[in-house]
Amino acid sequence: MERKDVYGVILAGGKGTRMGNVEKPKQFMNVGGKPIIIHTIEKFAVCPGFDKVLVLSPKQWIKHTEDLIRRYIPVRDNIVVIEGGSTRNETIMNSISYIEKNDGLTDQTIIVTHDSVRPFVTHRILEENIEFAKKYGGCDTVIGATDTIVVSQDNKMVTEIPERSKMYQGQTPQSFRAKKLRDLYQSLSKEEKEILTDATKIFTIRGENVYLVDGEVFNIKITYPYDLRVAEALLGGGYHA
Amino acid sequence: MLNTVYQLKRPRQLETCFQDITLDREHVIVRPTHLSICNADQRYYQGTRSEEVLSKKLPMALIHEGIGKVVYDPTGTYDIGAEVVMIPNIPTEEDAIVAENYLRTSLFRGSSKDGFLQEYIETVPDRLVVLPKGINKTVAAFTEIVSVSYHAIDRFFRFSHARRKVIGIWGDGNLGYITSLLLKSLHPEVKVIVFGINEAKLHDFTFVDETYLVNQIPDNLKLDHAFECVGGGAAHKAINQIIDYICPEGTISILGVSEDLAPINTRMVLEKGLTIFGSSRSGREDFVGLIELYKEKPEVVDYLENIVGSEICVRDIKDIVNAFETDIHKLIGKTVMIWDE
Repeated sequence: MERKDVYGVILAGGKGTRMGNVEKPKQFMNVGGKPIIIHTIEKFAVCPGFDKVLVLSPKQWIKHTEDLIRRYIPVRDNIVVIEGGSTRNETIMNSISYIEKNDGLTDQTIIVTHDSVRPFVTHRILEENIEFAKKYGGCDTVIGATDTIVVSQDNKMVTEIPERSKMYQGQTPQSFRAKKLRDLYQSLSKEEKEILTDATKIFTIRGENVYLVDGEVFNIKITYPYDLRVAEALLGGGYHA
Repeated sequence: MLNTVYQLKRPRQLETCFQDITLDREHVIVRPTHLSICNADQRYYQGTRSEEVLSKKLPMALIHEGIGKVVYDPTGTYDIGAEVVMIPNIPTEEDAIVAENYLRTSLFRGSSKDGFLQEYIETVPDRLVVLPKGINKTVAAFTEIVSVSYHAIDRFFRFSHARRKVIGIWGDGNLGYITSLLLKSLHPEVKVIVFGINEAKLHDFTFVDETYLVNQIPDNLKLDHAFECVGGGAAHKAINQIIDYICPEGTISILGVSEDLAPINTRMVLEKGLTIFGSSRSGREDFVGLIELYKEKPEVVDYLENIVGSEICVRDIKDIVNAFETDIHKLIGKTVMIWDE
């Protein structure tokens, strides 16, 4: 099959520290009777734009993730589980190293990075991420902010109320030319790396353009027990499967 | 996989919900690309079906006319990326006599099962037919309604006597246009006459032999057989007018859907020894036959392009509502949603 040079990169590094007393990382919790991470992998598996779907997992959960994929996804030739890194961006770097080692990295190689706990991502969002990353080199999935954003420099007082029409909430996927992302990341100082909250900032901190892809309000990140309840409520809606 | 489904909750109110699709080895996943609105969808959307029907069927995703691209096929039947028309009828049993679209056990998308207004359609391979390369996708989107005419014409040739020199078609809407176009394309030797109420619309029927306004039909006009493509509140008027003009032992094919009972001149049906039969929906063999016709006679697709009313890009519920509202105000033509959700 002809190489598309596009990889899905599902970030399943979270250990679930915000999920209260649950033992398993949140990506392994069930929504609609199926692990959240499986819902997410399935969305990537049916998107024909990817050569491979890489699932980045903490070392101790790799086997468990592989077992789940084997149980739920019958056609899984292009799904690979590999070990994540110590931070989100180190995890992304691991995915790029894997591609370089196994398939070769070109200037055109695209990675579509996505939180494993955003199972409501849509086909359209994935396709537009691929399209925009190919066209512009980098893109980030966002929705317009509905709440007013408040800035506080000291975490005590309001410093600024930015104009809401210019405010967005970041979701995932975030998609990039992989080689460029790695080169930019490696050019950052230790201090610069420490303030990175996500991959897009690797681009913006070096003045590189990142384009916006329209997200969806329902493309939620399942972080807190409340989100699980919301996710369950979004399911159903009639009996005609 | 959490599939986004856009259901009509109650008339004019659409909602997003999610339904799990489990990937297995038997089902193909299709990404809808072009969806066409039918009058049946409008009857749900506008709430003109009975309260009883609405409360039984809603919430439900609408749309039973559509095409898409195969994105996942563990059965190996289709190439990934193959453009296909989706068959909305879903038989649950086989019958040697009764066609799949008449079996009471069959399901139908947008009527007894969620329609195509979804992010993905999960289906067995035989509910898909590959489209000809390069076909106009907007026209291909309403292949289903064309297949209904194809099916009715096929049945008509099985049920009617062999003298088929002059056939009348009542109705100057989409169904009348499609049925007369197919009849003339499949059987050019037949003289096809279309009867309608709107002169401007009748001018578009350039491929038929004659057209008449229903209040200006010559007294001496005679028909061997006829198709009724009117439906709605005027169905009975059309059928009775057909009974007046049709020759003895003629066959009347009824295609128009009506919510009302239609009182008809049964005395004359008896006296003329007429055969009246109905047709509804279609099955796989009709889709396959029609796609062959599209390949053999591409001019049919060109003619069908003339009844594309609007093409509306749809990304969210607001756009879907816009498409349905636009469709309500059309004079003629099909409204096609280009699915970019």
